[in-house]
Amino acid sequence: MPVQVSRAAFALVLLVTNPALAADAFVSNEKGNTVSVIDVESMRLIKTIPVGQRPRGIIVSPDQKTVYVALGDDDKIETIDVKLLAVTGEFDAGRDPERIAISPDGKTLYATNEDSNFLTFFNLEGRERLGGARLGVEPEGLAVSPDGKLVVATTETTSMAHFVDADRRKILANVLVDTRPRMAAFTPDGKEAWVSTEVGGTVCIIDAQSHAIVDRVRFEVPGLRAENVEPVGINITDDGRLAFVSLGPANRVAVVDVKSRRVLKYLLVGQRVWHAAFTPDQKLLLTANGVSNDVSVIDVAALKVLKSIQVGQSPWDLVIPGPAKP
Amino acid sequence: MTGHFFRAARALIGLSLLAAPVRAEPQFPAENAAAPTQSLVIGYLRRFENRTAISRLDLPAANDGQAGAEAGLDDNNVTGEFLGQTFSLAAHRLKAGEDPAQALADLEARGARFVLADLGAENLLEAADSAAGAHALLFNIGAPDEVLREDSCRANVIHVAPSRAMLADALAQYLLWKQWRKWFLVLGSHEADALWAEALKRSATRFGGKIVQERVFADTGGARHADSGVALVQKQIPAFTQSAPSYDVMIAADESAVFADYLPYRTWDPRPVAGSAGLVATAWDPSYEQAGATQLQQRFERRFMRQMTALDMNGWTAARMIGEAAAHQQAGDIATAKSYFLSKDFALAAFKGQKLTLRDWNLQLRQPILLSDGRNVVSVSPQEGFMHQFSQLDTLGLDRPETKCQFK
Repeated sequence: MPVQVSRAAFALVLLVTNPALAADAFVSNEKGNTVSVIDVESMRLIKTIPVGQRPRGIIVSPDQKTVYVALGDDDKIETIDVKLLAVTGEFDAGRDPERIAISPDGKTLYATNEDSNFLTFFNLEGRERLGGARLGVEPEGLAVSPDGKLVVATTETTSMAHFVDADRRKILANVLVDTRPRMAAFTPDGKEAWVSTEVGGTVCIIDAQSHAIVDRVRFEVPGLRAENVEPVGINITDDGRLAFVSLGPANRVAVVDVKSRRVLKYLLVGQRVWHAAFTPDQKLLLTANGVSNDVSVIDVAALKVLKSIQVGQSPWDLVIPGPAKP
Repeated sequence: MTGHFFRAARALIGLSLLAAPVRAEPQFPAENAAAPTQSLVIGYLRRFENRTAISRLDLPAANDGQAGAEAGLDDNNVTGEFLGQTFSLAAHRLKAGEDPAQALADLEARGARFVLADLGAENLLEAADSAAGAHALLFNIGAPDEVLREDSCRANVIHVAPSRAMLADALAQYLLWKQWRKWFLVLGSHEADALWAEALKRSATRFGGKIVQERVFADTGGARHADSGVALVQKQIPAFTQSAPSYDVMIAADESAVFADYLPYRTWDPRPVAGSAGLVATAWDPSYEQAGATQLQQRFERRFMRQMTALDMNGWTAARMIGEAAAHQQAGDIATAKSYFLSKDFALAAFKGQKLTLRDWNLQLRQPILLSDGRNVVSVSPQEGFMHQFSQLDTLGLDRPETKCQFK
């Protein structure tokens, strides 16, 4: 993901200049039509920003100054100023934008348009549509390769991961994965794309070169039925060691060793956990729990859940900007 | 602001959205599409009879069911663009007295081997047992009869529609979870009503409900929408339901839509109603929005300018099953498709929060069942705590050890 890539880039800077990090987490509340802002250090809700209808995908610009939130029922993307904590603008995003991502160079914004089977490319500066690629039914998951050359989008009802050439906006490969893929994420080396399949109950690992499914991660949560284990969110640490996979109604996040592709641990979080985000220093992972309307805070080193913080209605995704870059 | 006002306002907004012109998406050519190599014709065979309803809100649209199948085909065709597959529908509605076997043969002549059937039990068996039926795989989307899945099961009929036993079990699990154990059963005087009552009684026995009394509401042919009907019904229903032993919930078995919708708020005792009115077990409800269902609801509403019914959902589901077989097995032939449906690789996503699979002992689709009050989905069964050694979904309907189905 571009967000993580850019974080990796300034992680070094952080170590030198800002040991006590004051980061805010921005949480999109799908049914509340708000974005909750959490002060990560105090782990408290500090503001609720009203936005348009059905906010889901939420990301930050590479300069860490602007948060973009996709509004599915308004067909728009709104911008939030990270300092002002207020909506500063909006632009037309095509029908029903769900997830959004930005290219590593910060020039292009990608949006999956769930209702129109489209991956739309925007010129971020002019906020105009460049074009796009027709995908399968219900595009959702979106990942950009670390080198910015590939965009992977998943389609929920078609059950495909579409590999798209970022420059030419052309589909390179359509990979049939397990049922109802939700999220895609690249490993930091760019060699693998991990795709969660909500109904299939797996993470399909796709070789980014050959486009073949090389392995599957399966989840067995003790005491839970297989049908309640529905993988959605995937967050891979910048060092490429651990993947945190949110398991939806299982109310757990699975910790997966990326190299061996084995589950190390299941962490109990809030109800229907979907998407998650690391703090810029990668010490904490925050998860959006859609049914319990809260955010769980996970200590990444200790693999422990520290706290839960009440947010708005049906939290869906979140993003945690780092310090602003010049 | 009251909830009702808010809902009314939302409904108006919804309507205006529906009426608004569909926004133009930029048309970029699908240059990534594969050249079609396989085209599949899906048949749709539909009963002659119109379904009835008491509330005009429930009167079925002319394309009830078929619209769902078309929506499923749309989804198949989008996926098909990447796999070189196209799907089209060959639909036929039976005329009065028309032979369903001949109609099926006609559909086969138009190229259909996979045929969605919205037929009554008798007509469905006539079609399945005909010479044309031998070359077809039928998808029962409209008949809940147990007998089709049991004594009269057929190897060429897949049941997408939930059976009466599944619907009754879904309702019973919830009522028992609520600890509403004492049921006052009122049933209609038609054959389908008796079958539905039988399924509800079986569920009571199975899960620990108690039928404290049973009464038949005879259909004497009164007009549903007659003038002064309200006044008449307001007097008739309290009289019909008075002097019952103490009960928790009234259970109505009225598939024929003669009286059940008149029960709520008119019973002698102030009790909730379930079964054919009040809390209803169903395969789909237009208010349902969990598990990504909003997406399908919006897609359907935009295309057909109306809300999606349970029959539409059964049509969609059957069409998507065929699409999945085509995508994963390149299966244009019915034998490969059927063995795919029965394999562990088959997992249909149908916005129910878990995969749907097929029972190998009677070809019934395993599925969660929604419980709707007509405004919202109250719950989804199976309920927590109803356990099963193989699949919790098999707590709904007749299970493997109970089945009388023997495929010839």
